[in-house]
Amino acid sequence: MDWPTIISILAATLRFATPLLLACLAGLYSERAGVFDIGLEGKMLFAAFFAAAVAAVTGNMWLGLLAGLGASLSTAMVQGVAAITLKGNQIIAGVAINMLAVGLTTFLGQSWFRQGGRTPPLPQGGRFLPIQLPFAAEIGQIPYIGPLYANVLSGHSIFVYLAFLAVPITAYVLYRTRFGLRLRAVGENPKAVDTAGIAVNLMRYKAVVVTGLLCGLAGAYFSIAQGSGFGNNMTAGKGYIALAALIFAKWKPYPAMFACLLFGFLDALQIRLQGVAMPVIGQVPVQAIQALPYVLTVILLAGFIGKAVGPKAGGVPYTKER
Amino acid sequence: MGGTSSIPRWADIVLLPLLNLILAFLISGLVVLMIGENPLMAYYAIFYGAFGSGDGLGYTLYYATNFVFTGLAVAIAAHAGLFNIGAEGQAYVAGLGAILVALALDQTSVFLVVPLAILGAAAFGGMWAAIPGWLQAKRGSHIVITTIMFNFIASAAMIYVLNRFLKPAGSNGLESRVLDQTAWMPQLRLFMPGFGFSPVNLSIVLALLLLVGFYILVWHTKFGFALRTMGKNPLASRYAGMSNVKLIVITMAISGGLAGMMAINQVLGLNHRLVENFVAGAGFVGIAVALMGRNHPVGIALAALLFGVLYQGGSEMQFVMPNVNKEVVSVVQALVILFTGAMEGLFRPSLERLFAGWGGSGKAEAIARTTAGSES
Repeated sequence: MDWPTIISILAATLRFATPLLLACLAGLYSERAGVFDIGLEGKMLFAAFFAAAVAAVTGNMWLGLLAGLGASLSTAMVQGVAAITLKGNQIIAGVAINMLAVGLTTFLGQSWFRQGGRTPPLPQGGRFLPIQLPFAAEIGQIPYIGPLYANVLSGHSIFVYLAFLAVPITAYVLYRTRFGLRLRAVGENPKAVDTAGIAVNLMRYKAVVVTGLLCGLAGAYFSIAQGSGFGNNMTAGKGYIALAALIFAKWKPYPAMFACLLFGFLDALQIRLQGVAMPVIGQVPVQAIQALPYVLTVILLAGFIGKAVGPKAGGVPYTKER
Repeated sequence: MGGTSSIPRWADIVLLPLLNLILAFLISGLVVLMIGENPLMAYYAIFYGAFGSGDGLGYTLYYATNFVFTGLAVAIAAHAGLFNIGAEGQAYVAGLGAILVALALDQTSVFLVVPLAILGAAAFGGMWAAIPGWLQAKRGSHIVITTIMFNFIASAAMIYVLNRFLKPAGSNGLESRVLDQTAWMPQLRLFMPGFGFSPVNLSIVLALLLLVGFYILVWHTKFGFALRTMGKNPLASRYAGMSNVKLIVITMAISGGLAGMMAINQVLGLNHRLVENFVAGAGFVGIAVALMGRNHPVGIALAALLFGVLYQGGSEMQFVMPNVNKEVVSVVQALVILFTGAMEGLFRPSLERLFAGWGGSGKAEAIARTTAGSES
């Protein structure tokens, strides 16, 4: 593989890792607070659809983003009501949300735009364009190292930078603020938090709101930054990969970033390797690479390489004692 | 799933699901209204499409057969306290078991092919479910996550197998060769011409047998007792000397085998070949069916029929009302799952209050139960 190919795979890795990372961090907030979230996929899909629909109609990317955030946030609230207030089964709530998202976005898309469930292509100003970092052109001239800056780090939409910025912010919030301490405590031992006079359910709702917003960003990235418009089931299981990454990272922010980069890299590699015969091993079946994130997660969960243990109170609605 | 309740049994198994269903239909109706169409007409079109003709009825029963299998799969796991989200992948892998047998033996006799294909499907589906079961029982992996991952792994693996081994040379579609007619599951229209061209086949008899078998297994055998004990309290079953590991693995294997029967209905009954992604969501419908049917065979049969109606009627409705996409059916399905599975608390407390209001003695008893419940 030559240098330009490697450069382009690395750039693609960042692009593919971005929605995974946003969704993964989204899941991190809610799961660290003790609310299991299988519905990352559904929230992203809702956000992708409404962001593209509004951006296509208004021609304004910011309104699109706002719609995406709103859609994801409302979905998160529905899930929150089911999982926190009504003390329902959190896993089933997530399954329902994912199914609802696939059905409703296709249904509304077809009824509103009549293009087989797609939204119309975005007009000028409806899409977040790549940002050139300062001096990208000049530094790009430097052999070997230049393209790393000009073509890998520079030239992405704002979402990519936001996603990676969210990692240190999340780490700080989680480990260095009062909010983070309480969030983690609510996920590990809600009774203790309750005894300390903090409202458990309110904390969990706050976490779910953050989850909704981050999923909204991830979804909007699909339809109004990476792509131009919404297509049927556009998120294509990325929400589940993000969930896998979250487990893989043992619910910690920096490992989450590396897990998402790894899974993003596999995605980028898989597209490159399609139909290419490799030396020694011959043609690698793309399906093997596609399945790798899931296989790795299963192996990790089974404790064959390290052990992934989730937040102790995860999945259990909190009932106050009388 | 399902807990202690202080409402009468009939209200718990009939009234509550019915209320949730009505709410799901109301909200889906609002969605239809939102795009400027008449929801009542849509519902009528669904009903007519499902029952209005022999063809329609046949298709309704055909889909219902699929959903009985996947519903039973989810339900048996639920009785053991396991949530099997992987029926989708298990049915998909079972399709491989069925087609391998059928491809090998489709020159022989239907009496040989069909039973062996059923065994093949059960073995493959069962194996695909038993692995997550074993991982949960022995290694402590969360079965929900593992079965989700296994759905994706199944999807990738099946595409590889189809592409690499089963696709006939020179074919473009991702599917196996068409089976010889000997390996086809006999369709009911051969004996009952009223079913028109619909694919409802003898798998429906298998579904009915399994419904009865499920009832006997879960409520009238030692294994069923052990299974339910573990589902209610895994510690109790362990102290009673049962092996939870064994129970989990066997239950999951049965669950996967049941899901695998869906492949018989589809592969031998309709497609007569293995098609990419033939399961098409039936595994997830099984979750809705099991939830609505309260994990009981009678409920599962009724819920499977309901979803059969929605699936068949939904496709017909598209022809009558081109503006209403059949995806509205997925919306109903998702809402049913949401309300019956995750939002039980929506109606239950008010129902409990309502029933507590009837009769003085019942009231005191109900209050006592409510307070007892909240302390646990």
